[in-house]
Amino acid sequence: MSIQVNAKGQDEVVAMENESMEDNGVLLSVNDLRVWFELRRFGFGHAGYVRAVDGITFDLDYGQTIAIVGESGCGKTSLMKTILGLNTPTDGTITFNKMQLTKQRGLALREYRSQIGFVQQDPYGALAPFMTIEKILREPLIINGVKSREEQDRRIRKVLEEVKMAPIEDFLPKYPHMLSGGQQQRIVISRAMLLEPKLIVADEPVSMLDASVRVEILKLLRGLQEIHNLAVIYITHDLSTVRYFSERVFVMYAGQAVEKSLINDLIRNPCHPYTHALLAATSDPDADNATRFRDVPPGEPPSLVNPPSGCRFHPRCPHFMEGLCDKEQPPHFEPEPHHLVACWLFK
Amino acid sequence: MAERKDLLLDVQDLILHFRATKGVVRAVDGVNFQLHRDEAVVVLGESGCGKTSLAKAILRLLPRNVHTYKGAVYLDGKDVMALTDEQYRRQVRWLRMSMVPQAAMNSLNPVLKVGDQVAEPSIIHNAMRKEEALAQASKMFKHVGVPQDFLHRYAFELSGGMRQRVAIAMALVTSPDLIVLDEPTSALDVLTQANIFNVLKEIKNELGISFILITHDIATSSELANSVAVMYAGQIVERSDAHRFFDRPLHPYSQKLMDSVPRLRTDKEPDFITGQPPSLLMPPTGCRFADRCTKRFDRCDEEPPTIELDGRLVKCWLYT
Repeated sequence: MSIQVNAKGQDEVVAMENESMEDNGVLLSVNDLRVWFELRRFGFGHAGYVRAVDGITFDLDYGQTIAIVGESGCGKTSLMKTILGLNTPTDGTITFNKMQLTKQRGLALREYRSQIGFVQQDPYGALAPFMTIEKILREPLIINGVKSREEQDRRIRKVLEEVKMAPIEDFLPKYPHMLSGGQQQRIVISRAMLLEPKLIVADEPVSMLDASVRVEILKLLRGLQEIHNLAVIYITHDLSTVRYFSERVFVMYAGQAVEKSLINDLIRNPCHPYTHALLAATSDPDADNATRFRDVPPGEPPSLVNPPSGCRFHPRCPHFMEGLCDKEQPPHFEPEPHHLVACWLFK
Repeated sequence: MAERKDLLLDVQDLILHFRATKGVVRAVDGVNFQLHRDEAVVVLGESGCGKTSLAKAILRLLPRNVHTYKGAVYLDGKDVMALTDEQYRRQVRWLRMSMVPQAAMNSLNPVLKVGDQVAEPSIIHNAMRKEEALAQASKMFKHVGVPQDFLHRYAFELSGGMRQRVAIAMALVTSPDLIVLDEPTSALDVLTQANIFNVLKEIKNELGISFILITHDIATSSELANSVAVMYAGQIVERSDAHRFFDRPLHPYSQKLMDSVPRLRTDKEPDFITGQPPSLLMPPTGCRFADRCTKRFDRCDEEPPTIELDGRLVKCWLYT
């Protein structure tokens, strides 16, 4: 549970409904979300849409984590940006904390954004190189109306302690390039935590880091999530890290969710052929790997401008059934409880 | 193809120090290792441990701020360190040893067709005419699985995986004995990664080329490596064959590295290594890993010797 909610008095930023925060209320609800980007010919004529997100539905409760797994170009970043309020959805709704995102403008949108923390993929690119750590951490507080200098200092201290950057005084006057990759990512995480958000969106938070630091950062995030009862969306392409972070997972392919389940079910009993391929391509350290060829489906992920008809994976699928897979889009079937898969094999 | 235990590369006491404003960075500090034909060695280590510098020292791709560069590099028994830069360029680099640099997919020239770029080394090093060189390039494209019509495309028209294959084709085109791969798949997706390693395995089986694979990712390194060198703070702390290494690493640092790998198929909770690698400006005396080591004892204040254990090498006092 949250240990630090209402800091005394005039704290305008922290939403006061924290008291009513329950373990199982729905925090974020994404319903049939579509994000299409219009392509233009010579700058004006319409030339089609990039269907980056095409019908995504999921719920996220308070204090729950969910992992979104997919390759680059599958639309996971567009989905994330839409949840952060940076893209406008073409269709569908996002409801956060009983408030509809699509209807928010101006100050309300800022308020909405302040309740979601964002952990970027590349920590070095996410931190302004000409600002000291102190400035980087002070800026969001100033923008979001924390005026008192003492309050700002208190908050900065608290988040830095939480991400275990000690001694704090040593780091405050430093510039990002003076820190190691792991330390930079801690600063990014602490910045995401500054405004005491309810939801953290982490976009491949460890893929740019050293293998030995990855686990450390993931454990740190997980710890923060448990202490503050945060909801976390963990976006990644690496299935092996998911099971240490999140119970629920959904696999995205070409803008759509192809499989949703608990991570242990997914590893034990993968259903969608694409999930099979992802799992088969993930290696564990084993000397025998060197003599074994991996089974990789042919081709590359489809263009999102003209996605294949029917099931979008059908041109690469080893179980392709002509007349069905290429004609009709599969609905979500439920081969076992809490395990949804969009594949005609499970009809 | 050459015989299995044919010594290809022998590196002895290789030192590469850089001049920096704060002092001398000891990036490669007395590295010894041997590489046989048909062997693929992975150099493992955290960032900043000197693995890329080691590759650059072997290939003599040096920046301007070199402070010390010495030691011996024998290629097929011939000391290539004795060559002048020009001789090295003409006789060794790319003809005998080539490299796929880090983020190679982004290092292609954006204004040249990729086919021309792959043909270029043959024109320069093998004195081929352009048509011959292009034919050679198209042969290489077949090896790495790039469609023939991509010869006439530009880098921006290719996906990341295809660009990485082109970079590998470029390293392959002069049929060298050894290719150095610096983090060949770190920016790629899982399926693309698996694809690239399939290509590399095929090349290794068909052409019998040796590889030095530089990475920090133990799980994917096992896809190609049949031997392992673990690097820490500019030195090699363990050298082993892959089977026994992935089964049971010897050096405490290697063990920690291995424990930090998140695994898909077993239920082991990964652990991390506390602390930071030491600065290469002033590496600690004695064992360089001692400060982070859980098995530290008094002797670790002295420089550990490299101990041989059933054909494996480990630089740690625990095994004396």
